[in-house]
Amino acid sequence: MLFLSQCINGLQLGSIYALVALGYSMVYGIIRLLNFAHGDVIMIGAYIAVLTIGAGVHPALAVVITILGCVMVSVLVEKVAYRPLRSAPRISLLITAIGVSLLLQNLVQLFFSADTRAYPSTAIIPAKAFDLGGLSLSLSTLVTIVVSVGSMVGLHLLIQKTRMGKAMRAVSEDTGAAQLMGIDINRVISITFAIGSALAGVGSVLYCCRYSIANPTMGSLLGLKAFVAAVLGGIGSIPGAVVGGFAIGFAEVLVTALGFSAWTDAVVFAILILVLLIKPSGLLGKGVSEKV
Amino acid sequence: MKRFVSKAVAVVLAVVFVMSFAACSGKKDSATIKVGVLAPLTGGVAEYGNAVNNGVVMYFEELNAKGGINGKQVELVTYDEEGDSVKAVTGYNYLMDQGVVAIVGDVTTTPTLAVVAESQADGTPMITASATAETVTCQMNSDGSVAQVYKNMFRSCFIDPFQGSKMAAFAVENLNAKTAAVIYNTGSDYSVGLTKAFKETAAEKGMEIVAEESYADGAVDFQSQLTNIAAKAPDVLFVPDYYGVIALVAQQAQNAGVKAAMLGGDGWENVVTTLTDLTLVEGAYFCSGYSVEDTRPEVQAFVKNYTAKFNANPSMFAAQGYDAAMILAAAIEKAEASGAKAGSNDYRQAIIDAMKATDMDCVTGHVTFNEYNNPEKTAAIITFQNGAAKFWGNY
Repeated sequence: MLFLSQCINGLQLGSIYALVALGYSMVYGIIRLLNFAHGDVIMIGAYIAVLTIGAGVHPALAVVITILGCVMVSVLVEKVAYRPLRSAPRISLLITAIGVSLLLQNLVQLFFSADTRAYPSTAIIPAKAFDLGGLSLSLSTLVTIVVSVGSMVGLHLLIQKTRMGKAMRAVSEDTGAAQLMGIDINRVISITFAIGSALAGVGSVLYCCRYSIANPTMGSLLGLKAFVAAVLGGIGSIPGAVVGGFAIGFAEVLVTALGFSAWTDAVVFAILILVLLIKPSGLLGKGVSEKV
Repeated sequence: MKRFVSKAVAVVLAVVFVMSFAACSGKKDSATIKVGVLAPLTGGVAEYGNAVNNGVVMYFEELNAKGGINGKQVELVTYDEEGDSVKAVTGYNYLMDQGVVAIVGDVTTTPTLAVVAESQADGTPMITASATAETVTCQMNSDGSVAQVYKNMFRSCFIDPFQGSKMAAFAVENLNAKTAAVIYNTGSDYSVGLTKAFKETAAEKGMEIVAEESYADGAVDFQSQLTNIAAKAPDVLFVPDYYGVIALVAQQAQNAGVKAAMLGGDGWENVVTTLTDLTLVEGAYFCSGYSVEDTRPEVQAFVKNYTAKFNANPSMFAAQGYDAAMILAAAIEKAEASGAKAGSNDYRQAIIDAMKATDMDCVTGHVTFNEYNNPEKTAAIITFQNGAAKFWGNY
């Protein structure tokens, strides 16, 4: 029974990592950018929810506002910070992404102070736990798993079955050729950012419903771990991000369940190092040979 | 020429040195007793410094209104050290130059350590209201044993580990707990110290620790640890960390199906700011320096006077500042009665001996000092009932 409970913990944690890792992978797949500000978009989402629900907005509406807010912040960041660097070396983009991450954290700190705030998680998902014969399953766990898996299936359909999805895949494969075929690159990239950050918005709500606090630096560790998940699965690969997310979630829970709880973060980052040493393209990534 | 300059400087220095001695003895006025207050009144930790200072000022004003000590009024000399160790040492020397007989201070641990080191040369009696590190009153060996007690240094707050043993004893004696679990932060001295003391006292009292889990500083996920704990079904769960973590642990403990009553230390104090739903900590207990809801007359009088004077609820720091002043004043009174000359070694020793022998009711509890100059006193136990924090009693 303990084993089953821990499995459920792994599923819940894994599905949140997977959602966030998807955002990383989608953006990387299209413009080869490691968007380190992705974790901070989740933090912005948390603050939006705290403020809107605090102002008396209905929780369901607040969730919608959170997701839209995340999308707007991300698209704005893409327009202001990343688009002017489209033809710059990739390292410039990477440094810019780190800069944006710091900017977002410090802006929030400036306006709302560094204090940890309570997140109104029970207003969104009531604190309820089902007792399944000794197995305790909370409503938030159930909602997290269902919503994440639903979002992933939706994303898969979008990418594989729609015209926009086809355009995204085309841009990812060869930007120049896609442009020659009449695809509006900027629009596709903006939409990719929008979808990635909508997932971050959903992730933000689910994450905060489980860890009901908000503070300006909450996104950095989550973002880093999701990044590890994306790399483990093969960065740029959508199914890879899902597999990587669940793998990292289960790894963390396993380490803790075995009694090495102080080592969870160390294990996660050790996985990153091992992947980079042994199979840099990740579990499901395509091995890309460097163009010389 | 160079030699002449250095000689001149030496002469000037010598003169200044002698003069300062003269100034020192000259300033002593037998009509008043000077007491130093060393606290950060501006800067990042000013909130604590001002609270302590308010408590000290209030006590001596009340004392002076009643006629002071031995017919003499107490004159406070205050130095703002801005939370800085170097300025604190400067402040200490300034206060000594002003001819204070004893000092209330410092407020935070690091500057206090610097001042304690400085004070060893002359052995000025000092009492801190709020520096909680063990090393403030004694020098420790690397293995954690005590190398030497600083004879002149006392404090009115309890030390960190003390809270751990308090809560273990409380669990056994008042909650009839037979089994306990602990979840603590490996990256925090506070958390580790409380856990160690909790386990030691639990062993003494025959309470079995059935699960011991930990996490790294900054962790947000405790679900797997709590699932392990839930499987052991302990009577109580000790969570010695600050309020940000408590909010997370409380929620995840419910998800994991932990039924144990949660226990904590004074880090729980502000948990209402991070936990919207206090029913998640229903039946939990934590200890604090004092509670404004305490019904003892000392506390109620203190709260009433403080609120009237400063138009704010007194924090734990203000209460501890008030107590530090009270303990010191009682000791100075005995030193005055001994007939020793103010500022002499005998006078200092008399204050130190009297502080050591303290046995009095203070705002934050009944205080006596142990061999390490740490107060042995009751803690205020706060519990949560029907979704609200409530004063349980002193323990």
